Amino acid sequence: MTLLFEQLLNGLQFGTMIFLIAAGLTLVFGIMGVINLAHGSLYMIGAFVAATAAGRGAPFVAAVAAGAVAAGLAGIVMEVVVIRRLYRREHLDQVLATFALILIANDGVSMIWGKVPLPVDVPAALHGAVPLGGFAYPAYRLVLIAAGLLVALGLYLLISRTRLGMLIRAGATHRETVAALGVDIARLNTVVFGVGALLAGLAGALLAPIIAVQVGMGEQILILTFVAIVVGGLGSIRGAFVGALLVGLVDTLGRAYLPVVLKPVARPELADSLGGGLSAIAIYLLMAIVLVWKPRGLFPAGSR
Amino acid sequence: MLVALPAVAGALHQPFWVNAATRIVIFALAAVSLDLIVGYGGMVSFGHAAYFAAGAYTVGILAQSGIDSAPLAWLAAVAVSALLALVVGALSLRTSGIFFIMITLAFAQMVFFLLVAVKAWGGNDGLPLPSRAVLPGVDLRDAGVLYYVCLTLLVGFVAFAAQLVESRFGIVLRGARNNERRMLALGFPTFRYKLVAFVVAGAGAGLAGALYAEFARFVSPDMASWSRSGELLVMVILGGMGTLAGALFGTAALVGLESLLSGFTEHWMLPLGAILLVVVLFAKRGLYGWIAGRLDG
Repeated sequence: MTLLFEQLLNGLQFGTMIFLIAAGLTLVFGIMGVINLAHGSLYMIGAFVAATAAGRGAPFVAAVAAGAVAAGLAGIVMEVVVIRRLYRREHLDQVLATFALILIANDGVSMIWGKVPLPVDVPAALHGAVPLGGFAYPAYRLVLIAAGLLVALGLYLLISRTRLGMLIRAGATHRETVAALGVDIARLNTVVFGVGALLAGLAGALLAPIIAVQVGMGEQILILTFVAIVVGGLGSIRGAFVGALLVGLVDTLGRAYLPVVLKPVARPELADSLGGGLSAIAIYLLMAIVLVWKPRGLFPAGSR
Repeated sequence: MLVALPAVAGALHQPFWVNAATRIVIFALAAVSLDLIVGYGGMVSFGHAAYFAAGAYTVGILAQSGIDSAPLAWLAAVAVSALLALVVGALSLRTSGIFFIMITLAFAQMVFFLLVAVKAWGGNDGLPLPSRAVLPGVDLRDAGVLYYVCLTLLVGFVAFAAQLVESRFGIVLRGARNNERRMLALGFPTFRYKLVAFVVAGAGAGLAGALYAEFARFVSPDMASWSRSGELLVMVILGGMGTLAGALFGTAALVGLESLLSGFTEHWMLPLGAILLVVVLFAKRGLYGWIAGRLDG
């Protein structure tokens, strides 16, 4: 029972981090109609900059902030130089152009930082574990969950309560009308893209101590993120949140329990390898089932 | 292609060039099959590497269990990948646009992780082939001979594809790409047409995968990875989709650029990415369209 609870927390932690990345990706798709495969590269940049700052002795909070800001700036450059030209293009062109951006970002990062993973320490104050009635859970992971939920709440308030949020919602459904009302859509796009990049960088920086900071890390999580926003319904923040938690939970619980479930029917080593494979497959199965059942995802946004 | 023949014949004593040419021919077969559905059917599959891998693994597994008759193994590879495409296509074609891109990616990822998980097929390490298959009267162990076999199959498939896209079937397929509702209203069951095209494309990729397994004498889950699917799409779009010549051109350009740039520098992905970016942003109809436009005007 405590194991289940611990695994649920792990899934929640993974899900909230996926949400940080998914939020920007789904907004960019909802408002600009762009599929950005290079979103994972922004996450990678956030992790690398935070790792470097932490390695040079910066306090952890400052290092995380540096990673997020660096990713945000990289995102703004990316939008102004490349993404802006893709708004009116077919999805196919967008896939290809942002695929090219991945190649450039990965090679650029490996030129600067090399191919060896960068080590990052969990900040000293969060080294321990917190007793949660019956078992102890790593403090740092609890902070990740809290940070993820806090950002989700902040994003919800930003979108539902502020002027910028109103423009974002309007831009997603009635782009021409918003432009006709005198809103500078180009600037709105850049701002949204920058915020999305910042959040992706934040996720990378926060995860840096518990994952391998290396070239290619962006693509691993990018696909999971796409699964999350497709399951949730493209362009919808609420959908991205639900989708991200679903992906986090299904992936984590699958990894923990599928080998156990398979034990009685298969030899131990087979159960382990097959369970590992099947749990990796589980989230894609989830996506395929959702799409076959609801071809536009669980919470389709707008009418586009 | 006619240009490639004498050049390769002259270079037969240089294994590097024969190998590079064989890679180009094999990937061109996969790219042409993908172009059938992307360019002519408007179905952007982001999981075409799965059928390539299905064909390759079929040959690999058969070779492991001692079946080394080339016609048998290659037919089995085509059948397995066509069957996989039938299942995936039947489910995926319920969606369209970006969702189709994502669901085909999801199925390819399932294949990828399945190949990683099954230890009997080598898991992550892949599966070496004990020897190349035996084709009666032809010595496939010779690199030059293997190249000509691959080239023959490529020419055959391109001829078949060219027939197909100009046939009534191809016209209906293009009609469905341009305006599906109109084709439905005209009484064409577009779903069935698209599914058949999807299966033909999967079979073509499976044949390419089978040839690659023979060529490399090795199969690995990497063949089904999403970046491999992305590369196949790049080949199609780089050359200019919806033209079979474009798919050939794009494959030669990408594989050629990779070989060329990796000879100069370890960091060849950066210039390759930059070139790709320029082509997408400024040459809208791909390299082939750009060159053809130059020649016309």
